[in-house]
Amino acid sequence: MTPAENKELRLAAVKVREGILTSTHGAKAGHPGGSLSAADLFTYLYCKELRIDPKNPRDPKRDRFVLSKGHTAPGLYSALALRGFFPEADLPTLRHIDSYLQGHPNMNTVPGVDMSTGSLGQGISAAAGMAKGAKFLKEDVNVYCLLGDGELAEGQVWEATLFAAHYKLDNLCLIADLNGLQIDGRTADVMNTAPVDAKFAAFGCDVVQIDGHDFNAIAAAFEKFHANKGSGKPTAILMKTTKGKGVSFMEDKASWHGVAPNDEQYAQGMAELAAARAAIEKEA
Amino acid sequence: MGKNIATRESYGNALKELGAEKANLVVLDADLAGATKTGVFQKAYPERHFDCGIQECNMIGVAAGLATMGLVPFASTFAMFAAGRAFEQVRNTIGYPHLNVKIGATHGGISVGEDGASHQCCEDFALMRTIPGMTVMCPADDVEARAMVRAAYEMEGPVYMRFGRSAAPVFHEEGYGFQIGKGEVLKDGKDAAIIANGLLVAEALEAAKALEEAGISARVINMATIKPLDTDLVLKAARECGKIVTAEEHSVIGGLGEAVCGAVAESCPVPVKRVGVQDVFGHSGPAAALMKQFGLSAEKIVEAAKALCGK
Repeated sequence: MTPAENKELRLAAVKVREGILTSTHGAKAGHPGGSLSAADLFTYLYCKELRIDPKNPRDPKRDRFVLSKGHTAPGLYSALALRGFFPEADLPTLRHIDSYLQGHPNMNTVPGVDMSTGSLGQGISAAAGMAKGAKFLKEDVNVYCLLGDGELAEGQVWEATLFAAHYKLDNLCLIADLNGLQIDGRTADVMNTAPVDAKFAAFGCDVVQIDGHDFNAIAAAFEKFHANKGSGKPTAILMKTTKGKGVSFMEDKASWHGVAPNDEQYAQGMAELAAARAAIEKEA
Repeated sequence: MGKNIATRESYGNALKELGAEKANLVVLDADLAGATKTGVFQKAYPERHFDCGIQECNMIGVAAGLATMGLVPFASTFAMFAAGRAFEQVRNTIGYPHLNVKIGATHGGISVGEDGASHQCCEDFALMRTIPGMTVMCPADDVEARAMVRAAYEMEGPVYMRFGRSAAPVFHEEGYGFQIGKGEVLKDGKDAAIIANGLLVAEALEAAKALEEAGISARVINMATIKPLDTDLVLKAARECGKIVTAEEHSVIGGLGEAVCGAVAESCPVPVKRVGVQDVFGHSGPAAALMKQFGLSAEKIVEAAKALCGK
């Protein structure tokens, strides 16, 4: 990745983060913390990685993305809007009555959403089914699935991972957003899932560990996924992240899991993001 | 007439037959292919049979994912695990997005027999009925079961089908024109209507004969589709017969009986008696003996009809 591409992605990520604040502020509810921790990943997926066409969101040959941690819909919606699946102006209608932007992703109302999710542990099974279906149909379709680290306590995650390894789904890329926090506190205290890398490896995945806020590292991880094709092993990208990343008062705070910014906090957060944009733009 | 075939056998045979015609039909199982009879399909089309091992919740999600790829998955396991264990997966990952997944649930009801209460699911109609957009069905015999599997494939949207473990008498003629959402009047009558499904349809026919001898003319309706309920046929029976007995191998809570009660209560209130499992768990024993012991019999239907008719 060239420095110019990296810069472009960081600017896009600022826009995705702005969308997260704008939508949750508009909703007066929603999940900014885990949306922000995965904002760089959402940005990379929708700007670089996924073979998709906003003009043909149901193209059967498209890559699929399943947001198994469905509560971070604001992050997904913001990236979809950035990519042109629907107008950015609609983001503040998130969670409003009669809005198509449901609190958790709905594949039948939101253009670009490939699976309805929200109940944790279930999206990964659907992703495994898509990957199995693509293999069966001999279609060159990659399936990506984002999990939260609190979600890893769900038994079904491991059922699906077993299935993916058993059926040699090397077209399936699991991504775990390890921000270390869940609603009730630190994941290590609520229900310790560590060591996550050893677990995914033992379940038959090829494990890649990265800094989830470094676009060069994200790009390299997906390159590894593509290189793994033919290995018969699903890929598990474990990305270390900071919950609330990019908005100082939200960073690394479990209390920002499912709370929207008020007017004052929204203004402060947007000002911080504007400053971040200005700083990136000023770079040589 | 004369043959006895378990509808789970019909399920496996129908899948194999359909599999020859439909290249996008795939079958999932959870380590029970021998028991659910999807093994018949597996033998014919091993590349289209995906065993998920003992993980019913994941199987339901995998089926949802396969459906989004344009395949028509038949997810198969025991009723207890399909409707019970994986209820929320069915609700959220199949029902909510309204995906084209067919659930083939075998070993429904008390006639599971010797395995006992842990495997005798008498709650599946109730659970599946509550999911918006879900079609819920239970065939009475082999002919109907095979026609139902085909109809389920042909329709778009989620379907739950319950099949039985025990052999059931075959009374439909080959080529019977089964329709989803349509009840079937097997015998006309004017004093009381018996609305039944599954194994209880044969019991209802037997009961009608006994009632005839006692001077009660009973209409017998086979209601293979529990949802969407054939409300027109139920209300017609209510208007013309004035009394209804429902009969099902299911709890009296939430199944066909309550569906019928709901329909008549709103539009044509008439007395109803529900023959079914009376809010208790089953236990081990031979299927036929259990059916009698738990009151899922022609005798109980006769008793209920007579009580309604004041005889």
